[in-house]
Amino acid sequence: MGANLKEVRERITSVKSTQQITKAMKMVSASKLRRAQDAITSMRPYAQKLNEILRNIISNADQDEGSAFGQEREIDRVLIVCVTSNRGLAGAFNTNVIKAARALLDSKYADQFSNNKVDILPIGKKGYDFFRKGIPAGNIISDHVALFSDLSFDHIVEVPDMIMDRFLKGGYDAVEVCYGRFKNAAVQYAEAAHFLPVQRSLKKDVEDKLKADYIFEPDQQALLKELIPSILRTQFHSYLLDTHASEHGARMTAMDKATENADELLQDLKLSYNKARQEAITSELSEIVGGAAALEG
Amino acid sequence: MNISVLSPDKEFFTGEIDSVKVPGVSGEFEVLKNHAPIVSALNAGAVTIKKKGGDTLVFKIKRGFIEVLSNQVSLLVQGIEES
Repeated sequence: MGANLKEVRERITSVKSTQQITKAMKMVSASKLRRAQDAITSMRPYAQKLNEILRNIISNADQDEGSAFGQEREIDRVLIVCVTSNRGLAGAFNTNVIKAARALLDSKYADQFSNNKVDILPIGKKGYDFFRKGIPAGNIISDHVALFSDLSFDHIVEVPDMIMDRFLKGGYDAVEVCYGRFKNAAVQYAEAAHFLPVQRSLKKDVEDKLKADYIFEPDQQALLKELIPSILRTQFHSYLLDTHASEHGARMTAMDKATENADELLQDLKLSYNKARQEAITSELSEIVGGAAALEG
Repeated sequence: MNISVLSPDKEFFTGEIDSVKVPGVSGEFEVLKNHAPIVSALNAGAVTIKKKGGDTLVFKIKRGFIEVLSNQVSLLVQGIEES
């Protein structure tokens, strides 16, 4: 009985210390989440204004010559960017993003994948660790795995620039980004977003009231050529910021659940500990009483 | 005349100004009050803002856009460096 008591006591201590860790991780993620959300909000005015200018130009353009980024080609080579976090313990978050990337490989780009025509660009360690095992090393671009450590625009901008450059040169015919879309602290989706070629839908909802009599410098088409890469860069940046916020949201939820579970476990353990303790006391008492009775008798 | 200078990371500056000089792709130009609506791409170079009251604010940019519409200037820039 005594050994059992000790075992239970040790388990209680261990569960308690685990709970302390999960609690701390939850707090840390909560504060990081707030910062990540701030980063998303502070990017928003820039992105909105950029889109507004784009709509202005398009609504004033006489004809749409179509940009090089919208060029639809037969899909031969594909790039899949997989944005995950560097660390685990965030529930199913990373798994879901990886699953979304896998789904692309298995269905939409199955033909290209079986011919080794799909490259993977993992950002964040978790995705890299996963794809390193199942995919030939030549198809993994591992230069940007560590990008996640600093998400300021100037730091990340080289990646979308590199992708756009390769797309223009015909190195890739389609680019997809799998990332964790941030809805709120409790809800994140893993999403596969079509990055290139630029889809036309962007250009349809043009309102006539935007038609101010603008001077365009240098001219509309040249401006579009400058604007679209800028918008794509911002878009790419927002994928990363979203994933970052999602990671912390997911971790917060996961750690909150873990802390709750630890509470439940502790209650059960305490109950069985007290039961065992009382049993031990009862049996000790009855031994003493029995012993005393034997002496008197 | 109002300006908001936006970078992808933050809102860099907003406020009342008298004029702003920017490095447009077809030459540097200055925007004063009641400037005609314009959209222009910007080259790398220095932006000079004359704030209302006389202070000036100078910073370098890598690239960007400017839009002016009815005395509201929006400056979208990348790679701000204060000097």
